[in-house]
This record gives sequence, structure tokens and C-alpha cells, in this order.
Amino acid sequence: MNVAAFTAVVFAVSALAGFLGALTGLGGGVVVTPVLTILLGVDLHYAMGASLVSVIATSSGAAAAYVKEGFSNIRVGMFLEIATTLGAVAGAHLTAVIPASALAVAFGVVLLYSAWQSVRARAGGARRASDPLAERLSLNSSYPAIAGVVHYRVSYVKAGFSMMFGAGLLSGLLGIGSGALKVVAMDQMMGIPFKVSTTTSNFMIGVTAAAGAGIYLSRGYIDPGLAMPVMLGVLAGSLLGARELAGTRTRALRLVFAVVVGALAIEMLYSGVSGKF
Amino acid sequence: MTDERFDSMIASLLRTGVALSAGLAFAGGLWFLEVSGRGIAHYGRFTADVRGLGALARLPGPQALIFAGLLVLIATPVARVVFSLVAFALQRDRVYIVCTTLVLAVLLYSIGTALW
Repeated sequence: MNVAAFTAVVFAVSALAGFLGALTGLGGGVVVTPVLTILLGVDLHYAMGASLVSVIATSSGAAAAYVKEGFSNIRVGMFLEIATTLGAVAGAHLTAVIPASALAVAFGVVLLYSAWQSVRARAGGARRASDPLAERLSLNSSYPAIAGVVHYRVSYVKAGFSMMFGAGLLSGLLGIGSGALKVVAMDQMMGIPFKVSTTTSNFMIGVTAAAGAGIYLSRGYIDPGLAMPVMLGVLAGSLLGARELAGTRTRALRLVFAVVVGALAIEMLYSGVSGKF
Repeated sequence: MTDERFDSMIASLLRTGVALSAGLAFAGGLWFLEVSGRGIAHYGRFTADVRGLGALARLPGPQALIFAGLLVLIATPVARVVFSLVAFALQRDRVYIVCTTLVLAVLLYSIGTALW
């Protein structure tokens, strides 16, 4: 395939991934890498580099909107970013020593988890007593709602922090945003309201991904010719998706997307185990 | 500085960074397709040709322009953290001055690895 045709195809699939990722809340980055590697034969490291860059674009683009609405908790985000950035640096360094086939298997497992996470009924995190550490770090806050300002307390700060290291590790290891895991840590573990968790997670993804990106740059994973259509495609798709989101019922779409992600996961696992990478 | 004012400045910083980066990558992308569009795409084997920040000087014009856009994109969250550090310093919030400095140190370390 010549470069022009290849670029057009990559742009189109990235835009679709970004659009569906924004509509379903799964994020576009997580499906870009399997599509590039399995369907278009791109090397796994180039795909991870392009995906990580696109993750920064969508996170920063979306965070701009959320920060203004007053949902994201900047203190929670900044505190937990210590863990996610350290994790991302560790993960990005590990890509140099872990064989591509093992990375593909890890990717498959994360994809399966994301697919499952996106379709299961969400049980809100139980409200717990505030953690003294949360008070010392002024993590307790409030957000605007229709019925007025809602105050919330943050619990299990240390456990959440540790889990965020894991989320950062996966982000650097696989070139993804790992938003799903960040949301689980905040919403399920730390008892932060879902809306605040998702927007704060989005806000953190860009910084986490940037921490992995420096090391990806030093290893040569970020190729301009490939990263360009992926980044522009995912960005355009996710901006469109976010605009659609307000009026659509996403349950059916979410299911379809989860099936696609599940299929990609199995293909990724199979390719990894059979040593195709 | 109030938190609301601070939030709204962060929002415009992020939006500007993404728009500038996308603009550079788009312009570089059109140029790249015009120059190399008929060549054969070869991303199947990893070669690590574009390695480190020095690649900006070594790459041909179109790819260098795209690369500059990607660097702006990577710099956007870093700028956001620097901005937060200034805001926390103005609020004399010691705990968050420490947290933000730690995050910034990790980011600068990561980008530092790409210098060589």
C-alpha cells in the first residue's frame, strides 16, 4: 500500500475508534493499537507510540471542557499523578526488556477487562468515612449538580494511590490512557462520585501519557508519519463523539463496541501466544 | 488567585496546546503526503529511526513539522503542571507545591531521557 492510501486508512479507522471510544467512554486509544497491528500489520512499538500520542490529544481536548464545568478535582488529580507518572516511567522502561509477544498478551487481557467493565452494570462505590489523610491533603471537595452543590469525602487514599501506580504502569507499558482503571480506583476504591472520577481521570491521562511519551521518544516508538493520522483521526473522532454524547442512548452501542473490543482482545491474545509479534 | 479563575486558565492552556499541535501536524501531514505519498508504507518492522528530540533536526522538512506538532502535544500537559505549580505557589499551598514539583520532576526526567 502506498503512503497516501495507508495514511487515509489509518486516519479513517482512528477517527472511528475515537468516535466510538468517546461515545462509550472506553477511550479511543485502547482499540487503535490492536487495529493497527492486527489489521494493518504495523509493528507493535510504533502502534503503541502513535496511540500514546493520540491519548494525550484526546485527554487534553476533553479535559479543557470538563475543568471549566467544575467537575474535576484538581487536587486529587495532582496528588494521584505522582503515582501515575512514576508508574508510566517504569512501564515505558519495561517495554525495552519485555518481548513484544508478552506485551500483546498483556494488551489482550487489558482489552478484555475494558470490554467487561464497559458493559457490566455499574455499582456505585459505597460511601465510607473520610480518611484523615484526605483531610490533610484537602482532597474532600464538591461539584455542581442540578439540585445544588454536592459535597463529597475521599477515603482509602493510600490504596487508591497504589492502584494509580498500577494504572500508570499499564499506560507506559502498553501506550494506553488506562482511564478505566483510574476510574475504578477513584470511584470504587476512594469513594469519589462517578462524574468527578471520570472527569478527573481524563484530566490525569494527559500527564500520565506525557510521562511515558518522553521515554517512548527516546526509544524511537513515535514515528511522525504514522502518529500524524492516528492523532488527528482519534482527536477528530472523539470531538465528534463527545458532541453526539449528549443526546444519544448509548447502551446498544456500548454492547456492540464491547463485542468488537472483546474480539480484538482474543485476536491479540492469540497472536501474542502464537508468537506473531 | 481563585480556583475558578485557575481552572478556566488551565482549560484555555490545554485547548491552545492541542489546537496548535493539531495544526502543525495537519500542515506537516499534507506536506508529507505531497512529497512522500507515492512511496511504500513500511511500518511493519521497527527501526528506531526517529529517536530522541534531536530527530527534529535530522528529519526531512515534512516529518520535522509533524514531529514539532507532536512535541507541542507532549509539552501541553507539562505546561499544565508548570502552570499548576505557579498557581499553588500563589496560594501558598505547601502540600501541593511539593506534590506538583514531584510530578514535574518525573515528567522532566522522562523528557530528559529523550535528549540523548
